[in-house]
Amino acid sequence: MEVELLEDILAFYKGDRGELVPILQEVQNNLGYLPEKAMLNIAKFVGVPESHVYAVASFYEQFRLLPLGRKRVAVCRGTACHIRGAPQILNMVEKTIGIKEGQTSDDLEYTLETVACIGCCALAPCIRVNMNVSGEMTPGKAQDIFLSKKDDGGQDVE
Amino acid sequence: MSNKRCTVLVCQGTGCISGGAEQVYAQLENEIQKLGIEEDVQVKCTGCHGFCQQGPLAVIEPVDSFYTKVKSDDVHEIVLSLKPGGKEVDRLFYRDPASGKSISRYHDIPFYKQQERTILQNCGKINPEDIHDYLSAGGYQAIRKALFEMTPEEVIAEVERSGLRGLGGAGFPTGLKWGTCRRALGDAKYVICNADEGDPGAFQDRSVMEGNPHSIIEGMICAGCAVGAKKGFVYVRAEYPLAIKRLRIAIEQAKKEGFLGRGLLDSEFDFDIEIFQGAGAFVCGEETALIASMEGWRGMPRMKPPFPARSGLWGAPTLINNVKTFANIPLIINSGAEWFSMRGTERSKGTAVFSLTGKVANCGLIEVPIGITLRNIIYDIGGGIPGGKAFKAVQTGGPSGGCLPESLLDMPVDFDSLALAGSIMGSGGMVVMDEDTCMVDVARYFLDFTRRESCGQCIPCRLGTTQMFEILDDITRGNGRPDDIDLLLELSEAVRHGSLCGLGKTAPNPVLTTLRYFRNEYEEHIHEKRCPAGVCMVREDGE
Repeated sequence: MEVELLEDILAFYKGDRGELVPILQEVQNNLGYLPEKAMLNIAKFVGVPESHVYAVASFYEQFRLLPLGRKRVAVCRGTACHIRGAPQILNMVEKTIGIKEGQTSDDLEYTLETVACIGCCALAPCIRVNMNVSGEMTPGKAQDIFLSKKDDGGQDVE
Repeated sequence: MSNKRCTVLVCQGTGCISGGAEQVYAQLENEIQKLGIEEDVQVKCTGCHGFCQQGPLAVIEPVDSFYTKVKSDDVHEIVLSLKPGGKEVDRLFYRDPASGKSISRYHDIPFYKQQERTILQNCGKINPEDIHDYLSAGGYQAIRKALFEMTPEEVIAEVERSGLRGLGGAGFPTGLKWGTCRRALGDAKYVICNADEGDPGAFQDRSVMEGNPHSIIEGMICAGCAVGAKKGFVYVRAEYPLAIKRLRIAIEQAKKEGFLGRGLLDSEFDFDIEIFQGAGAFVCGEETALIASMEGWRGMPRMKPPFPARSGLWGAPTLINNVKTFANIPLIINSGAEWFSMRGTERSKGTAVFSLTGKVANCGLIEVPIGITLRNIIYDIGGGIPGGKAFKAVQTGGPSGGCLPESLLDMPVDFDSLALAGSIMGSGGMVVMDEDTCMVDVARYFLDFTRRESCGQCIPCRLGTTQMFEILDDITRGNGRPDDIDLLLELSEAVRHGSLCGLGKTAPNPVLTTLRYFRNEYEEHIHEKRCPAGVCMVREDGE
C-alpha cells in the first residue's frame, strides 16, 4: 500500500531536485513519517544519492523517520511562552502522558514534541494537539486536556 | 462596502480560532437566520484584529461596537442586540484594567488609540478569503498604476524615495535591492516573499498572511513588474497551516480575476506565484539558506556576495523581501513616497508591526510609526505590567536581538537606536519581562534556541553556541565559576566574528545585552548561588 501511495504522489512531480522538500512533505503528510523504503525511491526519482535524501530529511525539524503517535502533542517553547511558564507545562504533560519530549508512546497514542513557536504568543503559554491550539495554559489545564476522556484533540494524523 | 444595515466582523485568526471563533461564527449565522434578520445583518469572517488576548473578537459595523472573549453562548444575546432598537451587550465590552470602566467602541480602546495601522489597516476589516472585499477596499489599484502609468524604473524610484527598509530584520533599503535586481543580467528572474517567520515570540507575518493575503500578492506582482521577474514564490513555514490555506485561496482568486497569469490585465506582463512550504529550520529565514532549501539542499547559508539580487534561486537574479515589506508596496504606489515617508524618523521611514507579548497587560499585534518610544508601546498601548509587578526588560528582535532595561524605555524604536543599544529591530517580536523573569535564564533560553538551530557549518557557531549554552546552564544551576562572565564575553566575540550568516553573527546578542544591563544578576547567581527572580534552581550541590 505504501509503495502504491508513493507512486501516486510521485506522479504529480517532474523529478527535479527542487521538488525534494515538497515530496518529503507530501509523503510524510500521507504516511505520518518517512519510511526507510520510500527514501531510495525518492532518491532515484529526484536523481540524487540516497544519502542526500537522508541529509535533507535529517536537517529539517519537520521530518520524522519513525512513525508518530495518533495524537501529536506540541508544547510551544517560544519566548513569550517560556517566560510565562512553558517549562512547567512541558513537565506536567510529560508526567501526565508518561513520555519525554521527542518520544512516542509504545501504543502509538501520543508523540510529544516541543516547537519553536506556534505564533499564538498573545495567548502564551500554548500547546497544540494535532491541529488544535489551546492558549493560556496552566499546568492544571494542561493535565485536564489529557485526563478528560472527551476527545477534542482534533482529527488524528492520517 | 455592503448594503446591509450592519455587519458583524468575526476574527478568524489562529489566536481567536483557538478560543472557539469558528463556532461563534457558525452560531452567528445560525441565529441570524433563525431571527430572520439576514436581509439586514451580515456576518463576515476576517483576519486578525490584533488584540488576540481578548479573543475571540467580534466587531459590529458601522457603530464599531467591540465585543471581547465571545463564546457561542453569547451569540444569542448579540444577535438580539442587532434587531432595530436592540440593546448592546455591555458585559462583553472591553474593560480597562486600570479604571475598570467598560469601553464600547473599537477606537476608544487605549490599545488601538495610539496605533497607526497602515499595513494592518484592512486586517480585521476585510474577508481574507474574498478578493472582492479587497477590491472594494481599493485593492489591485497599485498594480494597474505600476503596469500602465509607470515605468519599472519609476516604480523602483518611488520605492527608493519612500525610504522603505526591509522589515525582515536587517533593514536594508528596499529600493536599492530592487534596483540591483533590475540591473542584474538574466533571462529568468524570481521574486520570493520570505514568510519563514521563525522568531519565537513573533507572529506579525502570520497575521498579515491570514488577514490580508492579497496585499502581499499585489506587492509581489508590483515587484515582479519592476525587476522583470515572471515567477514568484511565497516561502512560508509549514507551521502556519491557516496562512497557507488563505494564501492558496488568494492566489487562485487573483488568477481567476486576471491579476496573475500570462498577459495579466491585458498587458504584456506575465507573472505567477507558487507557495513553497518551509520544513522547519530557523536558519532558512536567511535568504541564501532559504534558496538552498528551495533547491533541494540542506538549508545552509553561503557566502555573500554574490547577493541573491544578482545570483539567487537556480543562479538567477532573485529579489527576496519580507511579508510586511511587500504589503507596504501597494500603499507606496497608491499614495506615493511622500505620504509613506511622513511617518517614521529621519533614517527609518514608515510604520513597524510588533507582536507585543509577555508580561504586559494588553498582548497582541500592534502597528506604530517607527520612532515611537518603548515606553509609549509598553505603557500606553500595552497597558503596563499586570499584577502590580515591576518592569524589568523588553526583548526585541528574537534570538538575534537583546534585552533592554528600564533606563532605555524613552529610546525611540528605530533601526539605528536599537542597534546602538545592542539589540535589533528584527522581524518584530517584542517580549516584555517583569521582576519575576530571570535574565540569566532568558539568555540561557535563547542560546538553547540558537544552538539547536545552528546549521552547523561554521564551527564557531556550532560549538560556540553550545559552549555558551552550557556555561549559562551551569550558572542557572548554581555551578557558575568566577571567570564564567569573561569566558562568555570571549566566546561571544569568537562566535560573532567567526560565523558566516546572521544567525551566528547575532547569536551572542542576548548574552551581551543581559551582561551589559543586568550583570548583577549573573554575579548573584555565580557568587551567591542565588537567583534574584526565583526562577533558577540554584543550590550549592547544583542539583
